[in-house]
Amino acid sequence: MAFRTPLKQARGLGASHHGASHWWSQRLTAIGMVPLMLWLVIGIAANAGAGYAETIAWIGSPINAVLLAVLFGVLFYHASLGLQVILEDYVSHQGVRLGLIIAVRFLALLLATAGIFAVIKIALGG
Amino acid sequence: MSTDNRPLSPHLQVYRLPFTALTSISHRISGVLLSAGALVLVYWVLAAAAGPASYASASSLLGSLPMQLLMLLWTFVLFYHLCNGIRHLFWDAGYGFELESAKRSGQAVLVGAFLLTGLGWLIALV
Repeated sequence: MAFRTPLKQARGLGASHHGASHWWSQRLTAIGMVPLMLWLVIGIAANAGAGYAETIAWIGSPINAVLLAVLFGVLFYHASLGLQVILEDYVSHQGVRLGLIIAVRFLALLLATAGIFAVIKIALGG
Repeated sequence: MSTDNRPLSPHLQVYRLPFTALTSISHRISGVLLSAGALVLVYWVLAAAAGPASYASASSLLGSLPMQLLMLLWTFVLFYHLCNGIRHLFWDAGYGFELESAKRSGQAVLVGAFLLTGLGWLIALV
């Protein structure tokens, strides 16, 4: 402790040129989600009540499959960033807060991967 | 310094919630609800990828009345979050901070969310 200068202690804890990266990523994913979500709602609404074959054909068509895969990635990244801010604001216990943030990040990665895997499986006809 | 008992912002219990504050906290609540809704989206795609039998059982679950009502709610929540997110992006760019315009844009968000929800379900049901 005594050997470390105040500067050494402060380094890496503050906004060392990436302080706005969370904020920026949140906005970037938000902008991306606007067309993606409009497309998704129209797609799902237009296919409402469709049978298995029609649904598979819709999900598996090249454009839809790519957009859906991108959507899953952007959606869960955006969600994990947003949920993190909420946890940071409302969970005052440091350990619980950190645990929840880690859980949200891992869960988001798992769900995004599951969604993308399902889309690829359908698109490749497996 | 103990920080565990420190009141955390935003102080929801302390302030009377004016319309603009309500739209603000609703943005967070809607984000949490949509994160839950994303689970259903993953479930739907995974069920489709798993084959006709699991897709049929997912379809009957998602087509049930309680789930359809939940979907209606989720559609509104999605469009609320989308429209209010665009409102936030305008604030990020430095526009619309005056109290009157913040009120107006909040009202516009609600109207937009209602209209887009109606439009989405019109496409689904027609």
